[in-house]
Parts: sequence; structure tokens; C-alpha cells
Amino acid sequence: MEKMKLVLVGNGMAGMRTLEELLRAAPDLYDITVFGDEPQPNYNRIMLSPVLAGEQTIEQIILNPRDWYAERGITLYTGKRIVKIDRKRRTVTADDGTAADYDRLLLATGSKPFVLPVPGANLAGVVGFRDIADVAAMIAAAGQYQNAVVIGGGLLGLEAANGLKLRGMDVSVVHIGDWLLDRQLDEPAARLLQQNLEAKGLKFLLQKQTQEIIGEQRVQSVRFKDGSEIPADLVVMAVGIRPNTQLAESAGLHCNRGIVVNDTLQTYDPRIYAVGECVSHRGIAYGLVAPLFEQARVCANHLAEHGVARYQGSMTSTKLKVTGIDLFSAGNFMGGEGLEEIVFQDVGRGAYKKLVLKDDQLAGAVLYGDTLDGAWYFELMREHTDVSDFRDRLLFGRSHLGDSGHGDEKSRIMALPDKAEICGCNGVCKGDIIKAIREHKLFTLDEVRAHTKASASCGSCTGLVETILAATAGGDYSVAPSKKPLCGCTEYSHDEIRDAIRQNNLKTLPDVLRFMNWKTPDGCAKCRPALNYYLLCAWPTEYQDDAQSRYINERAHGNIQKDGSFSVVPRMWGGLTNPKELRAIADVAEKFKVAEVKVTGAQRIDLFGVNKADLPALWKDLSAAGFVSGHAYGKATRTVKTCVGSQWCRFGTQDSTGLGVKLEKMAWGSWMPHKFKLAVSGCPRNCAEATIKDFGVVCVDSGYELHVGGNGGIKVRVTDLLTKVESEAQVLEFCAAFIQFYREQAHYLERTAPWVERIGLAHIKAKVVEDAANRRTLAERFAISQKPAQVDPWKERAGGEQKHEFTPLVALA
Amino acid sequence: MNENWIQVGRVEDIPRQGARIIKTSTGDIALFRTVDDEIFALRDQCPHQGGPLSQGIVHGKKVACPLHDWKIALDTGLAVAPDIGCAARYPVRVADGVVSLALTPKSSAGST
Repeated sequence: MEKMKLVLVGNGMAGMRTLEELLRAAPDLYDITVFGDEPQPNYNRIMLSPVLAGEQTIEQIILNPRDWYAERGITLYTGKRIVKIDRKRRTVTADDGTAADYDRLLLATGSKPFVLPVPGANLAGVVGFRDIADVAAMIAAAGQYQNAVVIGGGLLGLEAANGLKLRGMDVSVVHIGDWLLDRQLDEPAARLLQQNLEAKGLKFLLQKQTQEIIGEQRVQSVRFKDGSEIPADLVVMAVGIRPNTQLAESAGLHCNRGIVVNDTLQTYDPRIYAVGECVSHRGIAYGLVAPLFEQARVCANHLAEHGVARYQGSMTSTKLKVTGIDLFSAGNFMGGEGLEEIVFQDVGRGAYKKLVLKDDQLAGAVLYGDTLDGAWYFELMREHTDVSDFRDRLLFGRSHLGDSGHGDEKSRIMALPDKAEICGCNGVCKGDIIKAIREHKLFTLDEVRAHTKASASCGSCTGLVETILAATAGGDYSVAPSKKPLCGCTEYSHDEIRDAIRQNNLKTLPDVLRFMNWKTPDGCAKCRPALNYYLLCAWPTEYQDDAQSRYINERAHGNIQKDGSFSVVPRMWGGLTNPKELRAIADVAEKFKVAEVKVTGAQRIDLFGVNKADLPALWKDLSAAGFVSGHAYGKATRTVKTCVGSQWCRFGTQDSTGLGVKLEKMAWGSWMPHKFKLAVSGCPRNCAEATIKDFGVVCVDSGYELHVGGNGGIKVRVTDLLTKVESEAQVLEFCAAFIQFYREQAHYLERTAPWVERIGLAHIKAKVVEDAANRRTLAERFAISQKPAQVDPWKERAGGEQKHEFTPLVALA
Repeated sequence: MNENWIQVGRVEDIPRQGARIIKTSTGDIALFRTVDDEIFALRDQCPHQGGPLSQGIVHGKKVACPLHDWKIALDTGLAVAPDIGCAARYPVRVADGVVSLALTPKSSAGST
């Protein structure tokens, strides 16, 4: 069968990204032809600034060399501008007469620099800053002439000015506004920026309006409205860009400050799609790469005839690519009516931070000097997190970001040697990351993770990896999709899937995959465990657990070790034990030749090096001695750590051990979004370390403080105080309600610490503390789900269930 | 081919989307059953750090190693890009629901 024909007009980043996504999704669907009006194959336009500054070469920023097109059978025409689309005959024609037929047409014509309509704008020596030819003209001028004038104090203008200065020119930046980057920065931050750039030798003429560019054939000077004049051998027009819609308009496609597209990136002609800077989506034309790549992903999905993705707009943030200058801005950073501002300013250190709040949510941010927390602020904005409970600390950033002794400034990260370890979990050095980004043309954090494993484990170095990515590949890769799909098998987010399960009575895994149009026949190792949990949480009394969708630890009810053996942790209620239990453990350890016996951090005993085949027999002995599974291996309620409390301790205020036992009896056996640890301390000395647990109780003379959202792991996070109660019965009810709320709301594999930060403590307080009726309902739902959950999996398996899991099919030897 | 086929069990002895182990004198072999009831055999060792592939989650024609989540293609034994490595494959055939295995690994590119 003959393939459909796809023609791409515009050989730039957005269009080519769409093709790459398309080839991944449907490699054989189309015969593809690409037209580009520049002589080069696709290159990274964002990196023109570093090329101008002499920090990179043109070869280094080529994204798809000509071989790439050839290897994939794509016909590439460079240096040919499409001048006509015949929508009836479905052909496009280039300026030299080259023509191509299409079944689908993809327009990615980008944008054009806006040229001020002043006399002299067409003189030699007046250039834009848009493509390789412009950069080449600037570099050539820098070798010959002295005076450069950049018109426009926006991102592009400042990057051009910086590059020309580094190439030895005397550079003046002319800006009509009151301060630089007036669309990205407020005045105080812009003043700091100006000081820094002046220290680099740049000159600024603010509130100046250009009236005329003067010269015979080549430019000689620039004259302003106020009558003043400065000499110029080179003028760079960087006053803005306009979507390049000329071709689309000539073909009669509806344009309104961009080619108008719907959420599937389709234009008013259903055979014609458009992506990138030339597009107007819901009235917005985007100029940053992250939203354009998201458009590319959605458009490719439709070109591949999968037909499920939607582009719903992006939230964007800004970074400036001038080495040694760190600034970040996002959202509404100017403030105004109904908005509140939190400001930090340290002129001596050149640091400035402003956060803008609206209705207890972060609405915008400007950071200057130290931008490492930009990604976090951006996330808070995107998630609409209620920040009222940590408002006093908000300005100081996510204090645990970028730990492992790396320091906290971007410039320091980029100054690190290539050998510096960035990801401690996977032993990945800075040089490895940069090499992978360059060699494999990586653009997103996920891609860097896939190739290098950097930040793919604990994630604490994510900020560092993002910084390296931004500095190596370009400026604005803080991807901000309007929602994040659960995994590559679906377009739907965690929350959408959970809602669909409940609203549509989906009760089995295959039902969910079918109903939600899963792209893979049976999901993947990421989505199946999540779906299994969501189903189990939604239908606790009906759902038939799917063992094959569980990670091995939960299937085999032990912790797999690096040699394939398992470890076993029997449950000791509240951390209490006795000689009979200890004897039973000792007997089991000897009988099954346990290689190592260790006391865990959670006050339990761990038996290491057990062969999988021995597990059922070992459990049988433990079961006979009264033990049940400690669930130390699962995304489940773990143990309750306790101190001795008022029964023995001279400082104890309440019976912390007894309360710990009661809590553990209530909570054990529950499957959770992630592991869930509890502790009870008998007094504020807090020997049980309750303030770094998911749920911690600190006893005081007058009652019990309840703390939530703590974590003692990779990112140490101290709990937030949920509330204080007076009786043990209340502790149990609040605990049950909190657990159930977390079970029903958190994303799979999201610990309470990030969950509390994402949805905000205020929200949890409203549902669990302030609304007593809701609290009781939550606690009741937890009790219902606990009935089928509190069956000891070890005893079942010791009795012969799931035998195939523990025995070889056959032994040939 | 002069392969010696050994009958090792029935298709339904292996859980769908799961695996069983075959013990041999030279180490374990993992026998996988996909959601479509296709059967594959690989040496039960991840090319990365030797993790037991039989313990991983089977999805499509791939298994995710339980130790570090490498994905290994069941039909080729190759690690899914960008990871690089290969687990030895063994010939398998199914007749009347009975699974037979040959103990001579198939030669495949990059096999060790």
C-alpha cells in the first residue's frame, strides 16, 4: 500500500521535534518531505547566543545532521522557501519551483524578528538576531568594526549585546522601557541585572526611542526622538518577534497573531497542522522551547492517528543565557490589586527574590542571583499548592534541594570540574551528563535520566541536573505540561485515572486499560503497580489483587537483596518483644541458616540471606510462634517506633509504648501509595524520632501532638503539626483519617512529605481536623478497607497459597 | 538442528505476565509467559548486575529487572535502549500446551 505523504514546511526545532515524535509513534506511516529556507539542517536555535559569544560552534548546535534525514528516508530541501500552498490540489511550491504533494501538511514556519519601521532600517549593517546568517553577520562585523548598537533590552537583545561585547565590540543597548527585561523582571531585579552587565562593560540607554538609522550604504549612527545620536557600525534589531504567518495567510488559513490551531494543533484546514512559534493556541503564541515541544508531542500523536492527546496550554518561565548571570521569572511577578508580595533583597551579594501570592497560592516569582529554587516555585505555581502553612519559610526555598554538599548557586555548579559527582545514587559525574546531552541531543530531564540515570533514583539532585541541562542545551527547559501523564502508556494523569476508576465503576486492571485507551497491551512496570493500588484503594472489599502487577517484594512478601535472596522482618507490635519470640527467631535463624541477623532502624529484627524457596517453611515456624508479616518490604504501613514512655521513663508523660501497640494493631497490613512509617514518643525529648515520620505522635502532659509529613530519608523533612488531641481514642481516629486521606489522594509512589508539600497542610487540616464528620467518614472507610487487608500473607503462603511463586518449575541437573 | 528438546511443563504452570525458574547445573533459566501466552526463555541474570529477571514485572514482550529496573526484551534478550547489554536466550517451543526447552543458548548479537 502506498504511504501517505507528509510535508513539513519549516526545518526548525518545533517541526523537527514533531517528526521525531511521529517516527517513534508510527515509523512507517508517511513518506516525509522537509522544506527549510535556511541552508543548514535543523539546529538548536536557542544556542545561537552561546555561538555568538564564542562559547559553542555551529557544528555543536546542529541537532539533525543531513545523514539523520537520509537514514530515515526523509527528503530534505534546504535553502528553499515555500511560497505557495494549493489546498485544493494539495501541493506546496518553493521559490525555485520545487513542488511536493501532501496528504498532511505541517506548518512550522517559526517567527520573524520585528523590524522597526524607521528610516534606514534596510541599510547594510542592520541585522536581526534569529538565525545562523544573522550570527555570521554579527561575527563578521565584530572582526571589522567597533561600535554596536542593540535596539531592544529584552532577552534576545541582552544576549546579543553580551555576545558582541565578548567579541570585542563597544556595545550600547537601547531600550524604550523604564528598565531592562520589563516583561520578565520587576524594577529592583532589573537594576541589579543592569549593574552586573555594566560591570561587564555594556552601556545602556533607557527610555530612548529610535527615530532614524543614519548612513549612506552602511549604517553610521542611530538618532533618537530626543535628538541625541550615537555612532553605530552594526545595529541589531531585537525589539521582538512576530509569528511568521505569511504563507498560511496567503493560503487562506485563519490567522490571528499566529496560525490559529485547536487543542490537537490542527488549523482550520483539517489536513494542515501547525506547531511552534508561528502558532496561536487559545490566543497565545509561545516563544519558549518547552511549550513548543509539548505541542510537538501532541501534534505527533494526532499525525500518528492515535488521536488521544490534547494540548491545553503551558505555563512558562524565563531564564537568561548570559554566562555568570542567573535570573528566573515566572507568572505574575509584578503584583497588584489583591496580590501580596514577599521580598528579599541583598544588594551587597547581588541577590533579589520576590514572590507574589494570591489567595494563599504562589502566583509569580522573580529570582536574581540565586535561581536554584526556581523549579520548585514553578512547581508550586503549577500545582496551585496552598502555601499558607509554610509562607514564613517560602522565600528561603526548598532548603533540602541540592544537598549532598553541592552548594546552592548555579554558577558554582557550572564551575565544578567535569569529574564532580552530581548524582550520588548512581555515581554520575557532571562530565557524563554534559557528554550525554551533547551526544544524544537531549532536551528534557526525563531523557537525561534515561540515558545517564542521573537524578533517576532519589531525585535530590534534580535541580542540579536541570541546571546542567539548561546550561548545556539551552535556556528554558523547565517543562511545564498542563498535566503529567502517569507513564508513557497513557495521556492521563494520576488524578484523572483515579477519578475515572471511581466514576465509571472500573473494577479490574484490563477494564481500566480498555476504558482509558491504554497505548500498550498490558501497561508497563510503572503503571501496572499504580493501577493495582488505585483499584484496591477504590474497591477494598471487591478488588481481586493482581500479583503480577506487583513489584517482587510485595509478591514474595520479603525484600529482595542484591544476590537474589530475601530478607524477612517479623512484626513486633510497638517494638515490644519477649523471650519466647526471641527464641523463636533464634531457632528460625539457625534452622534456615540465616546469613545475618540485624536490628533495623525501625526497632525490628531483620533476617538476611533467606532463599526464596525456603520462605514458606520459615514463615510457618514464625507463624506458629505468633508472628505476622512486618510488611517491611511493601508500599504499606510499616512499623510503629516507640520509646518506653510513662511506664518506665522518669520523663514520660503518657504510655507511648501502649499507644504504639494500639496504633500498629489498627494500621498494620494496609497497602499505601508508598511506605508509611509511624512513631510515638512519650515526651517532647522525642526518643522515638516521631517528627521525621509520616505520622508521629509526641505525648505531652496535657495530651498528644499529632505530626505529619516527616521523612528521615534522602531529603530530611521535619513533620508539620497537624493538631493536638486529648485522648488515645482521638489519636487513633485522627491517624486512621489521615492515613485514609493520604491513601485516597496521593499519587502512587508519592511519600507523605512531597504530598503534604504538593497539596498543602491547610487542605489536609480542613479535611481531617476541622471537618469532624469527614474525619469520621475517612476513619470508617479505613476500617472497612482494613478488614480484608489484615490477613497475614505469610500464614497464607505457609499454608500453600501462591506455591508457584516459591518453587522452581523443574530442576534439571 | 540437533537441539535436544526437554519438556519442562505446561503453559498454564507459568503465571500469565509472570515467570517460573528452571534449575540447571549451569544456573537458573527464567521461563516467561506474556499476556498473549507467548513463552520465552532467558538466562535468569540481568546483563547489568546479574539481577534475577524471573522476579521482574513482565509487560508486553519485556521484563523489568527487579534490582535496577533495566528493561530486557524477552524475544531478543537485549536491554532496551539507552541501556546496553544482553541476556542469553534459549529456544522454546510449545506443542499441545506443553513447553519444551533446549539448553543450548541461541547465538545473538552481543551475547556473553
